[in-house]
Amino acid sequence: MSVRWLVADTWTLTLRAFSHWARQPFVLAVGVLFPVLVLLMFAYLLRGGYGDDYPSILVPGLLALTCVFGLETTMTAVVTDASRGITARFRSLPMSGAAVVGGRAVADLVNSLAGLAVLMACGWAIGWRIESGPADALAAVGLLMLLRFSLIWMGIYLGLVAGRPEAVASVQILVWPLGFLSNAFTDPDSMPAWLAAIAEWNPLSATAAAARELFGNPGWGGDSWAATHAVELALAWPILICAVFLPLAVAKYRSRA
Amino acid sequence: MAYGEKMAIVAEGLRKSYGETEALAGLSLEVPRGAVYGLLGPNGAGKTTTVGVLTTLVRPDGGRAVVAGCDVAADPGGVRARIGLVGQHAALDEVLTGRQNLVLFGRLQHLGVARARARAQELLKRFGLEDAADRPAGGYSGGMRRRLDLAAGLIRSPEVLFLDEPTTGLDPRSRSEVWDSVRELAADGVTVLLTTQYLEEADRLADRIAVVDGGRVVAEGTPAELKDALAGDWIEVVLRERDDVATAVALLGRVSGAEPEVDEAGLRVSAPVRDRMGALAAVVGELDAEDVALRRPTLDEVFLELTR
Ligand SMILES: Nc1ncnc2c1ncn2[C@@H]1O[C@H](COP(=O)(O)OP(=O)(O)OP(=O)(O)O)[C@@H](O)[C@H]1O
Ligand SMILES: [Mg+2]
Repeated sequence: MSVRWLVADTWTLTLRAFSHWARQPFVLAVGVLFPVLVLLMFAYLLRGGYGDDYPSILVPGLLALTCVFGLETTMTAVVTDASRGITARFRSLPMSGAAVVGGRAVADLVNSLAGLAVLMACGWAIGWRIESGPADALAAVGLLMLLRFSLIWMGIYLGLVAGRPEAVASVQILVWPLGFLSNAFTDPDSMPAWLAAIAEWNPLSATAAAARELFGNPGWGGDSWAATHAVELALAWPILICAVFLPLAVAKYRSRA
Repeated sequence: MAYGEKMAIVAEGLRKSYGETEALAGLSLEVPRGAVYGLLGPNGAGKTTTVGVLTTLVRPDGGRAVVAGCDVAADPGGVRARIGLVGQHAALDEVLTGRQNLVLFGRLQHLGVARARARAQELLKRFGLEDAADRPAGGYSGGMRRRLDLAAGLIRSPEVLFLDEPTTGLDPRSRSEVWDSVRELAADGVTVLLTTQYLEEADRLADRIAVVDGGRVVAEGTPAELKDALAGDWIEVVLRERDDVATAVALLGRVSGAEPEVDEAGLRVSAPVRDRMGALAAVVGELDAEDVALRRPTLDEVFLELTR
């Protein structure tokens, strides 16, 4: 299968996702606005005595959490196609197989970028600022997208393995503990030691802390290895997730029943 | 013409197991080019698995298959370029409109944008979906979905079209619409392999039928051949004593020319017959039976008979 068709088919499937959004703007809006709702809830209702810095700490944490929520978006799309027989029809066509996963990846990245932009705009409105230079800020966005990129492959793999829409609900539920067991909302130092260790090493925390650092926002401090090497970890985790799930996802897609 | 060119599908000894379940147990088929070929079988017979193997979706554990001149194992890409598949369950993007679905599948089969649009329009017209063309496919009725699904399988006029239970769940009107479409395709020279649970459907559409059960072909022939062999009258005798079984088997065998069916426990012997009155007279005259009866099997019985 030539590279030309890989690119063309990937683009066709990306456009398909765009048509979905155009037909279901409500679904798109809910997905984008949900993190905004969480932001407002935590910033105003649950600020937990963290003071005026809290929005500046919170916004990068929620940007990272939005990327993690994306796992569910990917899984839902993959499971829907598999359960409706669309994946089987794609497989019976003389199209590039890699384009099916490729189209999903491009569409989900675009979707996430839109979600991050909206959340950053809302963050701005409640007082969050980018306090660093454009290069660092871009690097922060790059790390966020890298996390999202790695979770696309995890989502495709889990979606293909699960095969049924019900299975997505369990992932939806499991994302929350992952969100709270991190530094996104709270200082890990305020947690019991063993939970703090988990929270510090959570991939979500690494990306959140790295984003705070690169946006020039205040962080939680802390002098653990994980806390002082956030950027390195925010690179290492997604690369590790890709290394595991990208081959798994492609193999699972290619494997015939 | 060489043998390989005369046959659109050749499958030899296909095997496939899912854990303990043997979905295909050495299934062989030969479908001549241009034929409408029916795979008839009950639930779980292995019809969908057969279609899966022939369309490169399922990897068989054993056997080989050549579709439109391409080996499914060695050249799956070649097979995919020459076939159309309409699966048992409609495979449509429910969010997109009927038209968008067809354009999408056309683009994925590497038609240019303009060509894909034109082809979508042609097919929408042909399948009577013009009015619904710009509504989301999720809101289509069962019959409309089936027709859209069929249209999607025809975007690039395939050499061989696979239809897996194309009319299951349709009302009589939609069913006859699908039948008409299949006949039109056949008239255009497309080879069609269709699976069905309905004898009537196979009878009306197919040039040849293979009855599939337990993962293998249990009977094969034209509808007329199958009906002659199986759908004629049967004579059934109920005997008084076990000792009479051998006599009855010999007698019925002679009268019918076929191997009689014996139910030892029920002391019943039965066999298909052509000459109803002659058979009845012979049996009544020569055998002291508890009961003798002629019966005409229902279509269901024929089917059950074959797939027992
Ligand atoms: N993916 C699978 N995993 C496990 N078992 C399977 C799978 N696919 C088919 N089978 C089993 O293989 C057998 C044949 O299935 P198949 O779907 O080919 O039958 P079918 O003739 O199409 O039946 P139906 O008329 O119900 O569609 C069945 O017993 C089925 O349960
Ligand atoms: Mg089936």
